Amino acid sequence: MSAAGARIGVITFPGSLDDGDARRAVRRSGASDVSLWHADADLRGVDAVIVPGGFSYGDYLRCGAIAKFAPVMTEVVRAAERGMPVLGVCNGFQVLCEAGLLPGVLTRNEGLHYVCRDQWLRAENTTSTWTTRYEPGADLLIPVKHGEGCYVADESTLDEIEGEGRVLFRYVDGNPNGSRRDIAGITDARGRVAGLMPHPEHAIDPLTGPTDDGLGMFLSALDTLVPA
Amino acid sequence: MTETPHESAARADGGSERVDSTEHAARTPEAAQPYRELGLADDEYERIRGILGRRPTEAELAMYSVMWSEHCSYKSSKVHLKYFGEATTEQMRSKMIAGIGENAGVVDVGDGWAVTFKVESHNHPSYVEPHQGAATGVGGIVRDIMAMGARPVAVADPLRFGPAEATDTARVLPGVVEGIGGYGNCLGLPNIGGEVVFDESYASNPLVNAMCVGVLKSDEVQLAHASGTGNKVILFGARTGLDGIGGVSVLASETFSGDETGSGRKKLPSVQVGDPFTEKVLIECCLELYRSGLVVGVQDLGGAGLSCATSELASAGDGGMWIDLDEVPLRAEGMNPAEILSSESQERMCAIVRPTDVEGFMEVCRKWDVTATVIGEVTDGENLRIDWRGERVVDVPPRTVADEGPVYERPLQRPAEQDLITADNPDTLARPSTAEELRETLLRMAASPNLCSRDWVTSQYDHYVRGNTVLAQPSDGGVLRIDEESGRGIAVATDCNARYTRLDPYGGAQLALAEAYRNVAVTGSKPVAVTNCLNFGSAEDPAVMWQFQQAVRGLADASAELGIPVTGGNVSFYNQTGSSPILPTPVVGVLGVIDDVTRRIPTGIGAAPGESLLLLGDTREEFGGSEWAGVTHGHLGGTPPAVDLAREKLLGDILAVGSRDGLVSAAHDLSEGGLAQALVEMSLIGETGARIVLPEEADPFVWLFSESAGRAVVSVPRGEELRFTELCSARGLPCAKIGVVDTESQSLEIQGVGDIPLSELRSTWEGTLPALFG
Repeated sequence: MSAAGARIGVITFPGSLDDGDARRAVRRSGASDVSLWHADADLRGVDAVIVPGGFSYGDYLRCGAIAKFAPVMTEVVRAAERGMPVLGVCNGFQVLCEAGLLPGVLTRNEGLHYVCRDQWLRAENTTSTWTTRYEPGADLLIPVKHGEGCYVADESTLDEIEGEGRVLFRYVDGNPNGSRRDIAGITDARGRVAGLMPHPEHAIDPLTGPTDDGLGMFLSALDTLVPA
Repeated sequence: MTETPHESAARADGGSERVDSTEHAARTPEAAQPYRELGLADDEYERIRGILGRRPTEAELAMYSVMWSEHCSYKSSKVHLKYFGEATTEQMRSKMIAGIGENAGVVDVGDGWAVTFKVESHNHPSYVEPHQGAATGVGGIVRDIMAMGARPVAVADPLRFGPAEATDTARVLPGVVEGIGGYGNCLGLPNIGGEVVFDESYASNPLVNAMCVGVLKSDEVQLAHASGTGNKVILFGARTGLDGIGGVSVLASETFSGDETGSGRKKLPSVQVGDPFTEKVLIECCLELYRSGLVVGVQDLGGAGLSCATSELASAGDGGMWIDLDEVPLRAEGMNPAEILSSESQERMCAIVRPTDVEGFMEVCRKWDVTATVIGEVTDGENLRIDWRGERVVDVPPRTVADEGPVYERPLQRPAEQDLITADNPDTLARPSTAEELRETLLRMAASPNLCSRDWVTSQYDHYVRGNTVLAQPSDGGVLRIDEESGRGIAVATDCNARYTRLDPYGGAQLALAEAYRNVAVTGSKPVAVTNCLNFGSAEDPAVMWQFQQAVRGLADASAELGIPVTGGNVSFYNQTGSSPILPTPVVGVLGVIDDVTRRIPTGIGAAPGESLLLLGDTREEFGGSEWAGVTHGHLGGTPPAVDLAREKLLGDILAVGSRDGLVSAAHDLSEGGLAQALVEMSLIGETGARIVLPEEADPFVWLFSESAGRAVVSVPRGEELRFTELCSARGLPCAKIGVVDTESQSLEIQGVGDIPLSELRSTWEGTLPALFG
């Protein structure tokens, strides 16, 4: 299978906002993008799934809390259990936590304001499906934009995540939301499901983002899907 | 004793509630009506009776009163706004696909693309309820853009508040910013520009103007007209509730006093409540309906709700219209016809659909979970007829509601005090002269509320979503890519220095246009069209009307001289506290086009190794209305900087060539705060130091702080310096080398002022708003 043969699905919920950006990032990495609709219990044979940012269903109850009941999410959970790579960005991270694919929750930013800014991250786990293209300890500049991005979990869960090396990225040079232990993104025990608050799809081209540091996440997944 | 129509009707009916139908109205000509409470003058009410040949029904009265309001009818401004049309030549019109009078102007930007853009005010609601007022302001302008058939692609918000340190500003500003962010961020629209200005004249009357930009193919414009007898009228989006019915509650309380729905009911605040999620879904639903060719005509529901949408659609169509109000999906119980027609519930649209397309239309709405209901149809008669519970409650010629409202030639008078203000020039104000004083002035200015970093505000807005933002705040103009294949893009900027407009409304409005034009030009884009949002005091104050007339003429004349048309606009009168009007604030928006967004010019220096800094334009001693006079002396007097539109055009042309040929690596327009402020911003945004040398004959104070128009600072890669300076001299644009960018340096070094570390500049420039607003 060539890179172009890899098909990566991007879910659109009512209220998804960064779905177009995620599809663009998929195309830029060389794969084909496939639109997935929230109401269809059908992953259309994709090789990986991205749950994009936005305000799914208006985020009225709690961020991501309604999206987890979407027919498409039942399929995503099943596929993830079988080992399909899944990436949740921002609201998508919230959805994956609500759906139980990742531990912890995202709560209101400590500063209470919504914050949109270019954020420095440090790559920590570089062996997960979504991060193999990064050097351990690499500094990346990627936008954050959210009002509820404060990552919270109980101490034992945090210790477990840390102990298993499942922190993908940590905020450096300022924590934008008060996340525990400066955690910006995590992965599941198998390193296939990843969630992060920063937006790698908004850092794929210095013309429209601060850098192209985010492209590595999409290329990493492709490396797994398309064995060299 | 007079009685209300309801009371007389109730008596006739033995006490049961009944409808104030047209028939009933004809039978009860003497019934007193609360038209004054609804804002209608005696002669306006008489005119309505004349048009109808009877007294209006309650529902008709509600429609006329809201549609003949200043906000909807432009009755005080119309006679002046005509001048925009008169000043527009055929040449200027050639790129306009739709202009003044449509929901928003549409401009052909090449390659088959068109852009629509508009600014609207939501000033008064935002003072009463800052969060919802500002949020629904964004929602309203976005629906205007959608109604043109376009996908909304960006927003920007020109904002004005009372003094930064005032207690009430601490209530209003954070609420407004949160409202704009909360709504716009949830719609997925990047916020790419706007303004934040503080002045005591806005203390009890903040200005919350909202701009939206939309993109469409040039042959896909939708217009708001109801044509084709038998075509269906479909209301879709949110349900209709009691919010925002404002003055019409006068009718409500009289109709429903004491009945079963009376005591616990109403009155909801007359500021509407927004639901951005519903609007986001409505956007996607509308775009799919347009793509599928299921819509004959479309209109958004904004101010005046269904009254406005039905009368405007019918007025612009070729027949009449019939509406059954019982079909309107309601959110509240017991709403009467006047309330249903006047409700300003948000997130609603109205479409005209061929009968054969109704099922397809409904299917798209079901997909997006959008409520849609056939509420009527286009008829072959001439009148707009509206029924409720089987009785006719409205039967009016729609043009008399929508287009043929009253027109006033309000008295206008240049106030005598204008001469005193002009005479009070800033020449005698104490000026800094030593290096220490100049340094202190520069820092004090950089920290002042009107010049400091806007990051506290703009970091609450998403400027990345949709992935096409090429430049956004703190850049002078926002730049968006509209075509990923070709790299074609657009630029927008809004500006107004109301201090200048206070000193000279004609020249001040021209300076507002000149600055917006320049802000688009420094991004490397070519300005192509103008819109405006004219915020003024009371239309019944002759001095205000004079300011208004002067500003319109100034803006129209300047647009003609620059050769770019005014494609639309908005007027907001009655912005005042007691009898004190706000500073006249004609906010001007300019749209530009850039063929290749990779050629955009950023604001920050240091992107290219070895850059020279050049000052373009002439610096004169011009301090009337300047920030320096305001910040250091609390002074507002004299005359504003001179306007030279030919120079603005030349500067724009040079910048466009500089962008195209890669001669310019950064550019910043000079405006409030002058050269000093521009250098501070270029260094901080680029995170790079510079060394500045004064010309030999220059007075350092004038050179650093004057606000002469028609100027910009550019950085030019050293290898291109000769080519660029030759280009300027060949075209006759003054161009002086003022220093060099120093990528090794972390300070701004200005000869005669000293060496200021960027860290000190940054904490000074960035510290002000967080310290005030948390």
